[in-house]
Amino acid sequence: MAEVLRSDVETRVLSPLTRPAGWGYTLTVGGLVAIFGWSLYAWNRQIQTGLGITGLNAPVFWGVYVINFVFFIGISHAGTLISSILRITDTPWRRPFTRLAEAITVFSLPFGALSVIVDLGRPDRLLHVVRYPHFTSAILWDVVCISTYLITSCLYFYLALVPDIALCRDRLPETPAWRKKLYRTLALGWQDTPVQWKTLNRLLTGMSIFLFALVVSVHTNVSFVFGMTLKPGWHTTIISPFFVLGAIYSGVATVIVLAALFRRLYRLEDLMTEAHFRSCAKFLLALCCFWLYAMIIEHLFVFYGKETAELRILEAKFWGPYAPLFWTMVACCFGIPFVVLAVPRWRTIRNLVAIGLVINVGMWLERYTIIVPSGAYPYLPWGVGTYRPSWVEVSITAGWLAGFLALILLFARLFPVLTVWEVREELGEARTSLAAPASMEPSAIEVPLFSNRAVGFNSQSTKD
Amino acid sequence: MVRWAMVIDLEKCSGCQACVVACAAENNVPLGSPQEAEIGRLIRWLQTLPRIEGEYPHVRAEAVPMMCFQCERPPCTYVCPVAATYKNPQGVVAQIYWRCIGCRYCVNACPFTLKWFNWFQPRWPATMAEATNPDVSLRDKGVTEKCTFCHHRLQQAKDRARAEGRPLRPEDYRPACVEACPQGALVFGDLDDPDSEVARRARSPRAFRFLEELGTQPKVYYLAATPEA
Repeated sequence: MAEVLRSDVETRVLSPLTRPAGWGYTLTVGGLVAIFGWSLYAWNRQIQTGLGITGLNAPVFWGVYVINFVFFIGISHAGTLISSILRITDTPWRRPFTRLAEAITVFSLPFGALSVIVDLGRPDRLLHVVRYPHFTSAILWDVVCISTYLITSCLYFYLALVPDIALCRDRLPETPAWRKKLYRTLALGWQDTPVQWKTLNRLLTGMSIFLFALVVSVHTNVSFVFGMTLKPGWHTTIISPFFVLGAIYSGVATVIVLAALFRRLYRLEDLMTEAHFRSCAKFLLALCCFWLYAMIIEHLFVFYGKETAELRILEAKFWGPYAPLFWTMVACCFGIPFVVLAVPRWRTIRNLVAIGLVINVGMWLERYTIIVPSGAYPYLPWGVGTYRPSWVEVSITAGWLAGFLALILLFARLFPVLTVWEVREELGEARTSLAAPASMEPSAIEVPLFSNRAVGFNSQSTKD
Repeated sequence: MVRWAMVIDLEKCSGCQACVVACAAENNVPLGSPQEAEIGRLIRWLQTLPRIEGEYPHVRAEAVPMMCFQCERPPCTYVCPVAATYKNPQGVVAQIYWRCIGCRYCVNACPFTLKWFNWFQPRWPATMAEATNPDVSLRDKGVTEKCTFCHHRLQQAKDRARAEGRPLRPEDYRPACVEACPQGALVFGDLDDPDSEVARRARSPRAFRFLEELGTQPKVYYLAATPEA
């Protein structure tokens, strides 16, 4: 690792951006966009006919859309966790993953928010939430939390990207004019000066702390939507920490899958090393054990308490109609990952990718077995219901996943998937000593966001 | 203060469904189809649900008419993000249809599952569509609706009393279901008036409310049928 030089890092990370898109890539993105387009058609059909086109009914009023909402918000926590919490604590193995983690946050959040909008009977009245806000509603606070989260994480993602955009601006002379213009505009006049670095560092550290609080509050709020009702199966106190934990768990798993994908595609084997993945695997193992702990506690209390309505749901999940889903979920969230992760020999990147996918399937099923059985078994036993998602719900779920992946793939064509400056940091180079490359042209016309004056940073500068 | 409430005597109820029909006709609730009923898509502000107790040969079946319980502390109103459902000054839980965004949070929050969602645009047979009750708004697809204790009738009763220059009498305001019940099993009135029929019956040792332990304080009371000797 140590022999990889700074210029090497840059070349390796930037070279995939200059390669022409292969037919494989074009076909994949095209396919994903087509699936997304199909889901928009399905959504349109739903708007025309009404939510009756879904499998929802009384009493299962919430289904796949709400599950997708929790799922996408869940994986979005990967970014924040890895790039903010691990950045604050300066965990070394986070470095090659931060950019991807942030990208996952920024690109999955919109699909989480869209899932709720799709679920509305009257999406045309969405703005009523702003016009007639009712502050005792957990959904209103969800709107507040998630929009704050989206804005903050977009900003955070962008700020950490600025030095790398500047790198693209300076080091990719052969790109088409529109991309040059894009890089020039988005780089905000970044010149790699110590003052700019200092400002950026301060901003990122401050935002990391804020995002740390957001990780907890956002998913806690998502859990409030369920936990704050009197519904059996939902009305528990553990639902909030369990949701936060599950979100981080599925998020980290997603980061591993996508990181391994780009490691392979972009030949980044010596920047994202096996050691990085192994550290990540140990972290995943810890989360896996915590997950089992929370799951046992949740069900043990219900089992021991033997409250009629609660027990009916537990029985439906353990050996009733939801048992196949429930036990698959337990196998996906705990059984399979634990066995593979616990054996050091098996922590290969290939296995980790498989585990990452399995965990995500498991976490989706977990939300399913939380949301649907509680709907199907309400307090008064007359209303037992069943639920089977319709083609519209399946299409929209597939579309949202495809849209998310397409955004990640498009992003990776335009911008570095590694945080170049963080990886360089790992290689032991003090970033303040970095001299501006000779090819760089100082440009006075750009907006000097990071200059001392713009941010009110009081220190001497050559310009003042 | 007036607290409108209902007492349903299960001893008197024969399960004839007259209240169900009266309610649907009064409140412009679409007929629906057996297929819709099969998959849980039927809207019935008032429905009679069968309750079977005991084992053969000592089986006892009864019909339990159920409509929104108009809770004193309604869990459905707290959760609405746009305050489209709220408890009005007369204690009736109402729904503002044009404001509802259709998130179905209130429907989920109701422990009794007595709120309804419009999965499709409501439809009636042509002859019925011309005869909808002009006093009750028609609901669009994608919104939640519920029993309002025929609240529009209170408005009419007040107008009538004012026109006749007299105070509102308890018998002026009665929901459609109460009016339709041939056995007089449904009694409606002001719970805060200790002399009212409703208050008197609600104090009966036979009186109970569903899921009272949840603390939502429903204002629909039931009188348990006396077990046969």
